Amino acid sequence: MSAIHYREIEGRGAGFWALAALLAGLIAAGLTAAWFMEHIGHVITGMTNQVVWGVPHVIAVFLIVAASGALNTASIASVFGKVAYKPLARLSGLLAIALLSGGLLVLVLDLGRPDRLAVAMTHYNFRSIFAWNIFLYTGFLGVTGAYLWVMMERRLNDHTRRVGTAAFLWRLILTTGTGSIFGFLVARQPYDEAIMAPMFIVMSFAFGLAILLLVLMSACKATGRPLGDAVVMRLKNLLGVFAAAVLYFLLAFHVTKLYESEFAGAEAFLLRDGGVYTFLFWGGAVFLGGVLPMLLFWLPQTRRSRAAVVWGSLSIVAGGLALVYDIIVGGQAWPLSIFPGMAVSSSFYDGVVNAYTPSLPECALGLAGCAWAAIVTLFALKLLPFMPESLADDAVEPAARIAGADATDAAA
Amino acid sequence: MNEPTDGTANAAMPEGGIDATRRRLLGAAAVVALAVAPGVSLIAAADAGHRRATAASPARRFGLLIDTTRCRRSCTACVTACSAYNGWINQGRPSDPQWIRQVEVTEPVSGLSRSVPVMCQHCAAPACVEVCPTGASFKRADGIVLVDRHLCIGCRYCMMACPYKARSFVSEDVSDQRPDVPRGKGTVEGCTLCVPRVDAGEVPACVEACSRQGGGAMTFGDLNDPQSAIRRALAAYPAVQLRADLQMDPGVRYQGL
Repeated sequence: MSAIHYREIEGRGAGFWALAALLAGLIAAGLTAAWFMEHIGHVITGMTNQVVWGVPHVIAVFLIVAASGALNTASIASVFGKVAYKPLARLSGLLAIALLSGGLLVLVLDLGRPDRLAVAMTHYNFRSIFAWNIFLYTGFLGVTGAYLWVMMERRLNDHTRRVGTAAFLWRLILTTGTGSIFGFLVARQPYDEAIMAPMFIVMSFAFGLAILLLVLMSACKATGRPLGDAVVMRLKNLLGVFAAAVLYFLLAFHVTKLYESEFAGAEAFLLRDGGVYTFLFWGGAVFLGGVLPMLLFWLPQTRRSRAAVVWGSLSIVAGGLALVYDIIVGGQAWPLSIFPGMAVSSSFYDGVVNAYTPSLPECALGLAGCAWAAIVTLFALKLLPFMPESLADDAVEPAARIAGADATDAAA
Repeated sequence: MNEPTDGTANAAMPEGGIDATRRRLLGAAAVVALAVAPGVSLIAAADAGHRRATAASPARRFGLLIDTTRCRRSCTACVTACSAYNGWINQGRPSDPQWIRQVEVTEPVSGLSRSVPVMCQHCAAPACVEVCPTGASFKRADGIVLVDRHLCIGCRYCMMACPYKARSFVSEDVSDQRPDVPRGKGTVEGCTLCVPRVDAGEVPACVEACSRQGGGAMTFGDLNDPQSAIRRALAAYPAVQLRADLQMDPGVRYQGL
């Protein structure tokens, strides 16, 4: 096997600085929006006392879930010994840190009192899954940082498997915690299922790998580095399996709900009568997030197409955002059942489907989190050797070459 | 005190110098003591007041009993009194706070309707307290569930977890606050059972308003005291808990539902 050489991207061209300027502009807009949200109040957002979490939470949760999934490629190499994935391990760790920091940025700046971050860091209620998550998120940044260090420092390479295993276990617990934020909400009928924790883990596999593929393909194209089919098709096949697994978990989740008559109203709303939420579920989560990418990845006409890989990955990102929106906002749109079996009405919108219209400030804040993740990745690639010089078929591990473009064993 | 005890020091000082120095020193000390003492006394008094205010006894558990058969549909006395006492204003927007609301509950088959006041249920096992990451949501020893406005970071997880939609987020500036009912933009709030009044031996504002202007549907008292009016009323007629299936043991009970 030829050694993989990593090198910083040059990052001197007009395109690089134009992208950096665009991302910096988006971050500045998001910070301005957050400033207004804090000084005027959340009244300038679409979030209310009926729908208390909105677009910022959708994007933050998406980024946090994707972050843990982005690390998956590194874990497959270090923990499960699949050498074909090793050249991507550094990029995988970097994306995990970048995406998580973007998600946390949005989450913190959406707080009613972001100035009290120190309170959140010094006062803990350990019965709260939120408090656990504060440790899980900051710990994930630390463990993944250490993982990158042992991978990139030659003298510490021997520790890669051990630290990689710790990072893998940590990310499993982290995503369990994120899914449990909703799974533990027994008062709200659209949530209240333990399966949400493993479902979020599988969602993370798909979202994270889709983003990794997109970043990898764009970075190689922009820097003119070779990227062979052995890597792309292997990752594509794995991504298709993850998309199918998300569909499976969605099926199991909703069939379980449908079986319990208590949840019949909420399910009918989300799956049939919910307007935008129903559309986002079937058109977004199911079609864009699962069916379309699988068709693009595996239909004989498109299975070897690079463009199909890009469109399939973008489709999974779009479907993923739709799914998280459906879970978070759709779950709150359905009214609480305080008087089961009764018809209710009140001045506080009891018994009615809650309306939510995202406002510009909260969208700007969410976009800033994405831009932050992108700019962290961009400058990290420029400053440190995260990217292999070549991922051409003859430069990567021989086993990958032998397995070839249709390496379905990658799914195993 | 006036006699020097150290001959060396005395020899080094001019005649009467040590006495003058001591007098000046003692004088300064007296001035400082006079200046500081009222402050110390005030701190002590405030501390004593604080202790009195936080001396909630676990021997008691405050709760409410609402007889829905006496709650008139057109009456909003409890809501108006709560709003006036605690300083929140509902302008009809979904972002406005509502610490208490009248929910119109109708049985679909018979059409039988009841007007039901719903507020924080002051649960024994409150979901809001469980999920609060900083411990800002807490339960007093006497069962009253409150939000510590200094610890609340405005994450709204308690609002997601509460089965009764009893909490509100303050999403804009608030003015004309009562000193004993602090509120704040960016934090979460809800019914406190009018804790300053309860600590002063009075009943919550809604209960008082209901008995004066409403149908006398609300009874406040100690659920642990078998002789209290609320316990006797609970023993006389069946009462239900809202979402009893969640086993959060609310301190607010309803009759006639």
